[in-house]
Amino acid sequence: MKTIKYTILRRIIQLSFLFLFAGGNYFGWEILRGNYSSAIIADSLHLSDPYAVLQILVSGFIASSSVLLGALLIFLIYALIGGRMFCSWICPMNIITDIAFRLRRIFKIETEAKVSVSRNLRYYILALSLIVSAVFGMAAFEIISPISMLHRAIVFGSGAGWAIVAVVFFVDLFVLKAGWCGHICPLGGFYSLVGKQAVIKVKHDKEKCTHCMDCFDVCVEEPVLDIVGKKSDFIRSGACTNCGRCIEVCNDNAMKYSLKFDLKN
Amino acid sequence: MVSRRKVIQRVLEGAVFVGGGGLIWGKSIKANTKADYVLRPPGALKEKDFLKACIKCGQCVEVCPYDTLKLAEPGDGIANGTPFFEPRTIPCYLCTDMPCTDSCPSGALDLKVLTKEEEKPDILNSKMGLAVIHKESCLAYWGIRCEACYRACPLIDKAITLDYEVNKRTGMHAKLLPVVHSDVCTGCGVCEQACVAEKAAIFVLPLDKATGEVGDHYIKGWEKEDEKRINEEVEKADDDKDVKSAIDYLNDDDLIED
Amino acid sequence: MKLARRDFLKSSAAIAAATAVGVAVPETLKAEAREAESGWTWDKAVCRFCGTGCGIMIATKDDKILAVKGDPLAPVNRGLNCIKGYFNAKIMYGADRLKKPLLRVNENGEFDKQGKFKAVSWQRAFDEMEKHMKSAMKELGPTGIGIFSSGQYTIMEGYAASKLMKAGFRSHNIDPNARHCMASAVVAFIQAFGIDEPAGNYDDMEITDTVVTWGANMAEMHPILWSRITENKLSHPDRTKVINLSTYTNRTSDLADIEIIFKPNTDLAIWNYIAHEIVYNQPQAIDWDFVKKYTVFATGFVDIGYGMRTPDHPKFTDKEKETVKHEVAKKLTADEGKTLAYLGYKEGDVMEMKHRNKAVNHWIIQYEEFKKALKPYDLDTVAKITKGDPEESLEDFKKKLKAMADLYIEKGRKVCSYWTMGFNQHTRGSWVNEQAYMVHLLLGKQSKPGDGAFSLTGQPSACGTAREVGTFAHRLPADMVVANAKHREISEKLWKVPAGTINPKVGSHLMKIHRDIEDGKIKFAWINVCNPYMNTANANHWIKAARQMDNFIVCSDAYPGISAKVSDLILPSAMIYEKWGAYGNAERRTQHWKQQVTPVGDAMPDVWQFVELAKRFKLKEVWGAQKVPGLKDGLPDVLEGAKAMGYSPEDTLYDVLFANDDAKKYAWPDPIGEGKINTESGGDKRKVLGSDGKPFEGYGFFMHKYIWEEYRKFGLGNGHDLADFDTYHHCRGLKWPVVDGKETLWRFNSEYDVYAKKAGVGPFAFYGKALKKMPQGSISKPDMSKPKVDLANKAKIFFRPYMEAPEVPDKEYPYWLCTGRVLEHWHSGTMTMRVPELYRAVPEALCYIHPKDAAEQGFAEGDLVWVESRRGRIKAHIETRGRNRVPRGLIYLPWFDEKVFVNKLCLDATCPMSKETDFKKCAVKLSKA
Repeated sequence: MKTIKYTILRRIIQLSFLFLFAGGNYFGWEILRGNYSSAIIADSLHLSDPYAVLQILVSGFIASSSVLLGALLIFLIYALIGGRMFCSWICPMNIITDIAFRLRRIFKIETEAKVSVSRNLRYYILALSLIVSAVFGMAAFEIISPISMLHRAIVFGSGAGWAIVAVVFFVDLFVLKAGWCGHICPLGGFYSLVGKQAVIKVKHDKEKCTHCMDCFDVCVEEPVLDIVGKKSDFIRSGACTNCGRCIEVCNDNAMKYSLKFDLKN
Repeated sequence: MVSRRKVIQRVLEGAVFVGGGGLIWGKSIKANTKADYVLRPPGALKEKDFLKACIKCGQCVEVCPYDTLKLAEPGDGIANGTPFFEPRTIPCYLCTDMPCTDSCPSGALDLKVLTKEEEKPDILNSKMGLAVIHKESCLAYWGIRCEACYRACPLIDKAITLDYEVNKRTGMHAKLLPVVHSDVCTGCGVCEQACVAEKAAIFVLPLDKATGEVGDHYIKGWEKEDEKRINEEVEKADDDKDVKSAIDYLNDDDLIED
Repeated sequence: MKLARRDFLKSSAAIAAATAVGVAVPETLKAEAREAESGWTWDKAVCRFCGTGCGIMIATKDDKILAVKGDPLAPVNRGLNCIKGYFNAKIMYGADRLKKPLLRVNENGEFDKQGKFKAVSWQRAFDEMEKHMKSAMKELGPTGIGIFSSGQYTIMEGYAASKLMKAGFRSHNIDPNARHCMASAVVAFIQAFGIDEPAGNYDDMEITDTVVTWGANMAEMHPILWSRITENKLSHPDRTKVINLSTYTNRTSDLADIEIIFKPNTDLAIWNYIAHEIVYNQPQAIDWDFVKKYTVFATGFVDIGYGMRTPDHPKFTDKEKETVKHEVAKKLTADEGKTLAYLGYKEGDVMEMKHRNKAVNHWIIQYEEFKKALKPYDLDTVAKITKGDPEESLEDFKKKLKAMADLYIEKGRKVCSYWTMGFNQHTRGSWVNEQAYMVHLLLGKQSKPGDGAFSLTGQPSACGTAREVGTFAHRLPADMVVANAKHREISEKLWKVPAGTINPKVGSHLMKIHRDIEDGKIKFAWINVCNPYMNTANANHWIKAARQMDNFIVCSDAYPGISAKVSDLILPSAMIYEKWGAYGNAERRTQHWKQQVTPVGDAMPDVWQFVELAKRFKLKEVWGAQKVPGLKDGLPDVLEGAKAMGYSPEDTLYDVLFANDDAKKYAWPDPIGEGKINTESGGDKRKVLGSDGKPFEGYGFFMHKYIWEEYRKFGLGNGHDLADFDTYHHCRGLKWPVVDGKETLWRFNSEYDVYAKKAGVGPFAFYGKALKKMPQGSISKPDMSKPKVDLANKAKIFFRPYMEAPEVPDKEYPYWLCTGRVLEHWHSGTMTMRVPELYRAVPEALCYIHPKDAAEQGFAEGDLVWVESRRGRIKAHIETRGRNRVPRGLIYLPWFDEKVFVNKLCLDATCPMSKETDFKKCAVKLSKA
């Protein structure tokens, strides 16, 4: 049964975060202030991005306890619900890259043959970011993160932020399919690792699958669907963002959200 | 099994990736921080530590009631996403409740920096920079009755005081000369904003750019307090080395020209 | 050192004398003239701002001001300026300069009081003015119109306005903003010396050993003079003492050896303490030779009210009445019980204000009575009454008072007292001025180099124009007054108008013009070079009256301010360097300048505006019999007299007052104006369409020179002598009286003042002629049975008691509000707030409050708060740090910022004698906004 209910829900949640962040800056709302790296809820609960905090730590600074605790909390949440839930349900960049992804399909822009980039690149970048952070004494990814810049473009009206976002958009559109979220973003890489053994996973039912391949069409992390049509199992890869697009497009009810309690690979 | 050749290739690739990528990344960080100096919010750690610690969340900027603080953008030459201010546009008005420092989650802005000797944190302890006067473009040093910076200073008579000097040219007027005291100046920049010169004749520089440092081998004989500067760690002398260099010098027979 | 100083003074006087007769033009001047060839010209002028009167040089090129510099030859400032002066070049070129007449009109282009402003022609503007003036005069007589005049008029403008109003329209409803500024000083000068303006000059600042500032923050308000005092202190750190008396700590305290923070209004008690110390404890300090020969003792009534309207006025709110009731009766406080005991009063008595209409009356008393009245003012009592900082110990405060008294008294120590608005803007402002003379005269420390009481002025020509020309409701030029029939006769002769033309009834002073408009007694008002709707206390009343009642308000201005906003017609005025003019500063120095550039847009000089309006009135319209409220027979028909003088009833006021045969004798062009523009006399390149719709080509004669030469006739031989027009263009100003080309440094001192010498009564002569035949009496009342005493050449030593202000803080309104200024801005900020640099330096008026008071109110630094009085409320940001440090219980707010409209709060109580408003004291409460 085709639907877009998860997409709508995701957009609502993503935009709500942006809306609350913006309200925090422009109107002084205290519901949510800060950004995706560090925020405060209701002026009392600190939340931090564990990857950002990790960079700070390797750069040689012991961040404050509120940030450390905030990062630990977020780490635990994503370890439980699936690290890349952040990517598809929270991260504002996802809206941009999804649009590029969709446009690619609509206009049939295929450039895959020209550029071949390993999806593991993000893990190398992740490792490199920590090295650079340590060498240059500054959280390396935070300086160039398009996510932060998109946030600042919207919440603080920063013009330069839009330029970086545009670069990502056009790379995704014309150069590399799912380039940013699927290949480059070290934060995505970080959350892929964090969410490896999460509880919430998409479950595939081989019996119902008709091999229509619709799910492959819409998935930004295609390789995670390697079992589809082959065996009934959870989509176990940490790289799966739990976006729910495969569930939405599957006419055979062969995909659904499910809870996973085993620790198999 | 991977072949030896393949392993070498992977290692080389890795090296190129780490070396090249790291270099480019590092360069971009450098380009991003190329501004000669930047003024940070009250309670900021020393610039090097601040850059490590700042998580770039913008909360300090959000709570600043005067829109003094801004987040650096690419092109500003200041570490992207870090907070800074430009006093000539909007100075820091030294809020007594220090909302920016208080809001910082990471510790890059730290109330402890604003706390002296177990007292409560006080905004007046902040050292965002130091105001410096360029006398040649300062109207007061011309003899004009200006001193706008002095009267604007939130720590008037402490951070900026007036020195008096007879105007020898007229013989009947005095010059009222603003003088900045680095031990009190917070670097808030209200003076810089108030300056009526086309380009401010008083301006705030980061502390390290505006201050010198003296060696600890000489102590002011007229100030007991100055003894605190003595470095008590005694360096071990290398006896042999010293003697050797003296002998080298003595043996160098170069006094009589051929 | 002393000797060198004297030499210096002599040589400076010699230079002035030489230049006065036009012999020695310094080499540097010639050099400057040569610069004309390099494309720009330097010419001398004077700073637009305060009463200091700094000389500046202006560089012009292509009819635009390029730059200014301090005039190195100017004796006041020797090339220096303050930052306001530094920006003189920029004040005329603000983006929103008014360039066309603007009228409130409806959609059909007709005048509509509720309409929106639209540009109209000068002709239309004058049509509307004529129409509304004539209708107001038809309904109400000559007193149905009024002019808000100014201490920032050029002398020629003040004279033209005054002549048109007083001799032409036969109304004395012309009163300057200077009323708000130094009217109290004037009353005291006239009552004590019989002639206006200070005896000393700025040279005192270098010569004196002691500078005492009373309610004068000279460090900010007279910046260049303060740098002279600072130099004195710096050069003689041990000898020179500086004492600052104020109700809060200000920048003048920086230099002070002693700072005395007193409770508002108690300066009256402090002066009496000094006198008490002299009379009771150190009588040997009295200069009896001087006192006996040159002074008498005097006093006046105390139950004179506070210059407010009576509480039965229908426009008062109940809240206002809580204060206004004191106008008719006031319950005496414990302090007043002590200080008024000499009249039989005691604490709790209700004083009926019986002598409200006789406030200026005074009479001669004996020294014994004077001494007796001073009895209560011993150190203990006075310290308790006056201590203004609750956190200061009484003992410390007493020590300071005593130290100050000792410095005044010390034999051989030269003492100068300086004051401005703290003294003058005071419900007993005339008294406290007189008390300064009391102490100086008792000690014989007056009218000597380095010794004297000196009233500083705020405005650039409060002295030169408002006072000397007499643009006041009760004055005529050269210290003459409306109420004196002989003075009217002299004026009528000099003005060549028929006998009986000048109205014998004193007009409405500034405060009363506002009140008359609210009462429907004035229906046409014209605002010149001032901002009365921003600068008058209790502003809500006057703004409502102007906007909501049947009247027509005209505002001539260069920039749109509050007054322009409440007006019905706005006329664009030329600014200072766009016209020929002259200013007179606080030390009696008159300085002239030439027009430097053509005015912007269609702006025209104020003189032109007066003269053009005069064209709209025929003699038969104004010189027939006129009704005047309060004048039983009204004004006589003088048309017959006019005919006898050769005028026709069809002649216009322009023909008679401005374009007469005398005027036409002064030809334009004139050698003194070679190469210079003169918009009024010769027209200018713009050929602005004038009041008749035709291009204005100039009057064809030298208007300014004619006005000057006619004006100076009033003062010649009267102790007000001014030099001829051309002389002033060859020198850097001269201090009047200028006799035989020589200026006067110290008046009343025979060594320096020809008039004093001529009197032939020894080293001094207080030769002023006013109020010199006075009744005698006891300390409480005059005794009319005794003969009047002739006081020729004598000054009066007044006894004046301490009384409280009419509104003091109470439970509901717990704070004193004191208003004032900042160095960076001039008055209501219409000019300086448009200079971006000055705006940035001080963009906003802050409410200075004691940190503990702020904490008690729950305010954090920078909080926006409501400040509310019985009359209105405004919002301001609080400041607990910064340039002014107030004691607990007092807040300070500068008034330059129209967004922080402090005059909505102030009480319109005045000194009943001078009619000068007390802007320094009212009660307010604070709350978080």
